[in-house]
Amino acid sequence: MLQLEFDERVAADDRVEPRDWMPDAYRSTLIRQIAQHAHSEIIGMQPEGNWITRAPSLKRKAILIAKVQDEAGHGLYLYSAAETLGVDRDELVELLLAGRQKYSSIFNYPTLTWADIGAIGWLVDGAAITNQVPLCRCSYGPYARAMVRICKEESFHQRQGFEILYTLGHGTPGQKAMAQDAVDRWWWPSLMMFGPPDAASTHTGQSTAWKIKRFGNDELRQRFVDMTVPQADALGLALPDDGIAWNAERGHYDFTEPDYAELTAVIEGNGPCNAERIAVRRAAHEDGAWVREAAAAYAAKRAGREAA
Amino acid sequence: MNRSDWPLWEVFVRARRGLSHQHVGSLHAPDAAMALRNARDVYTRRNEGVSIWVVPAAAIHASSPDEKDPFFTPAADKVYRHPTFYPVPEGVEHL
Repeated sequence: MLQLEFDERVAADDRVEPRDWMPDAYRSTLIRQIAQHAHSEIIGMQPEGNWITRAPSLKRKAILIAKVQDEAGHGLYLYSAAETLGVDRDELVELLLAGRQKYSSIFNYPTLTWADIGAIGWLVDGAAITNQVPLCRCSYGPYARAMVRICKEESFHQRQGFEILYTLGHGTPGQKAMAQDAVDRWWWPSLMMFGPPDAASTHTGQSTAWKIKRFGNDELRQRFVDMTVPQADALGLALPDDGIAWNAERGHYDFTEPDYAELTAVIEGNGPCNAERIAVRRAAHEDGAWVREAAAAYAAKRAGREAA
Repeated sequence: MNRSDWPLWEVFVRARRGLSHQHVGSLHAPDAAMALRNARDVYTRRNEGVSIWVVPAAAIHASSPDEKDPFFTPAADKVYRHPTFYPVPEGVEHL
């Protein structure tokens, strides 16, 4: 009976809300996905935060600070959505710090030059938007609503990245070479952000049936390539794939698939920065303990005074 | 220290004068003053609001989704509460 009501609601494209009955597996899938998404936003602050002090102008610093602050905000929207499913944020943070929940593998790559900040905004955030726009229609209401806010803010991120690369690409030969090098390094990991091909994906089928996911990994990856190739032309930069060519028959660009063995290796913890990212997050959490304690002590003192 | 003693607050934002406050999400904070400051940083970074309410989540009483039918059906069969229920002769205006 309850199952039937849930199935009908999802089939009718109606939204599931926190206090509705839902299958246990639906709940746990959402918790896993939303938590992983929230962790990605929080860990994603690191590669970019790395360049705040070295951004080339005061304007660029201010913009980058705003962007990193947005990532923190996105993490909080998502933890808040996850909590409506009956988990505690502290619990999710502990699972991240213990390495028992994952975050997007893209953040395990280093940001070596200033141009990487441009490439992250343009390619990484561009890929994220391609993945996230369909989530605004996800069957779970609080997740969909969080995604609406996030997508609005992400479009600023993507444009600022594009603008950094455009400026470098039209600068000195050295600046252009730096922009090209960043695009060369970030292109393949960005393609991996859509996950393994559908044939090898463990979660796609059920998630699509539940309308958590609306499109397959391959379809979204293609959409990203189709969107990005003309933008690369506008930047005057090359994508590092000789296989990219317009296919008039398909109405899409052909491209070379990334090395999924590398994706697996990075997910399993063997990317260039996995250990560093978690160590930095752990240290930040521990170093912030006194702030949390002070805030709690202050609140307790005030509550005591009001009671007296 | 574990943070689980920080209560959950629901956040409501008034987008501009003339509109009512609307629910935008939730957050954890040790007290109302911190909840307001955190709500400003999390939910109004782009001028989304001119006023914020924070309400302890524990203080909200909600109707139960299980009782949805008996709770709301009394309204369903009273179509005469809507103006469209009443036929209006042709030519009559401003009614």
